[in-house]
Amino acid sequence: MNREAFNRLRSFAIELSVYALLVVVYVLLVLNFLSGWLKQIYDHGKTRYAIVCLLLIIGQGVVLETVTSLLLRYVRAKTE
Amino acid sequence: MDFLVSQTHLNALYLVIIGFVIGVLGGFFGVGGSFLAGPSLFALGVPMNFVVGTDLAHIVGKSIVAAKKHRALGNVDLKLGSIMVIGTIVGVEIGAQGIEALKHRANIDQVVGITFVVVLISISAFITWESMLTMRMQREREREAEQSGVAARVLEDKEDESALDHIARRVHGIRLPPMISLPVSGIERISLWSILLVALVGGIFSGFLGGGAGYIRMPSMVYLLGVPTHVAVGTDLFEVVISASYGTFTHAIKGNVDILIALVMHTGAAIGAQIGASATEYFRGPKIRLAFVPLPLIGAAIVIYSLITGKHVK
Repeated sequence: MNREAFNRLRSFAIELSVYALLVVVYVLLVLNFLSGWLKQIYDHGKTRYAIVCLLLIIGQGVVLETVTSLLLRYVRAKTE
Repeated sequence: MDFLVSQTHLNALYLVIIGFVIGVLGGFFGVGGSFLAGPSLFALGVPMNFVVGTDLAHIVGKSIVAAKKHRALGNVDLKLGSIMVIGTIVGVEIGAQGIEALKHRANIDQVVGITFVVVLISISAFITWESMLTMRMQREREREAEQSGVAARVLEDKEDESALDHIARRVHGIRLPPMISLPVSGIERISLWSILLVALVGGIFSGFLGGGAGYIRMPSMVYLLGVPTHVAVGTDLFEVVISASYGTFTHAIKGNVDILIALVMHTGAAIGAQIGASATEYFRGPKIRLAFVPLPLIGAAIVIYSLITGKHVK
C-alpha cells in the first residue's frame, strides 16, 4: 500500500472514530430527551408537529454538515 | 430506544448504520436512498405509513448535505431543478393521498410493499441492460478509434453518453410550447411539459413509496431528458431537498412521520453523504449507473423477506 493511500485510510478511520463518539453522545443526551416532548406535540397538533419536524431535520442537516466538514478538514490537515 | 410517535422500540445503532450506508450511496449516486431506507425500516418493524413519511423526513436532512457538496462541484442545474420542483410537489401530494386512502384499509403493507418490489426490480433490470449496451458501444468505438488513429480526447468527451440517447433526442424533438434551454445540462431546446411530466411521475412515487424517488427520477433525467449523469445526480439532490420538505410536511400533518427515527438515521447519513459525494469525482457515466444496479435489488429482497415471513429484524 503506498503512503498516500495509507494516509487517506488512516484519516478516514480517525474521522469515523471521532464522529461515532460525537453521534453516541448526541443520540443519548439530546435525542433521547426529545422523545417525550415530540410525542406531546404530535398528540396535540399535527400542523405544529409538522413544522417542528421540518425545523429539526433541516437544523440538524445544516449543523451536522458544518460539523462533518470541519471534522474532515481538521483531521486531514493533521494527518497529511 | 423507544420511539413514542410510531410506538416502536428500535436499536438506535441499527438506525445510525443504515443512515451511514444510505448516506454514502446517496451522496455517490445522487439518490435519496429510499430503495434501501424504506425496506430497512419496514424490516425493523416500523409500520408502512411511518416508513413512507419518516423516510421523506430523513431525506430532507441528508440531501441538504449532499446537494451542497454537489453544488460546489458544479453538478447542479438550478433552472432544471426549480422547474422539476413544481411537478414533483403535485406528484408527492397525489402519492400521499394514495397512502391516506390505503391507511383506512388493512392491506397497506402488502400494496405498498409489492409496488416497491416491482418498481425496484424493473429499475435494476433496465439500468443493467442500458449500461451494458452503452459500455459495449463505447468499447466498439474505442476499437474503431484505435484502428483509425482518432485522438483519445474525442473518446473522453463521449464518456457520458448513453446507448439510449436517441430517446432523449426524440423527447427534445417534442415541440410543445413553451420551449426552454438548459445550458448547464447542455440541452438547447426542450418542452417545459416534458420536464414537468418526468417530475410529476417521480413525485407520485415519492409520495406513495417514500424517499425522494431518485431511483426513478435520476434514470428519467438521464434517459428521457438527456441530462449528463453527474448533473442529473446533483440536480436530483437539489430538487429532492425542496420536494421532500413538502412531502415531510404533508405526511407529518397526516400523522405519518416519526421525526426521532429520521433524526437518529440522519446522524449516520451526514458523514456518509460527504464520503459518497467526494467519490463521484473519480467515476462517471455508465460505470456509476451499472454500480447502482444491485442496490434496488437488495431493497426488493428485504421487502419480499418481510412480506413473506412477516418477521422483523430487531
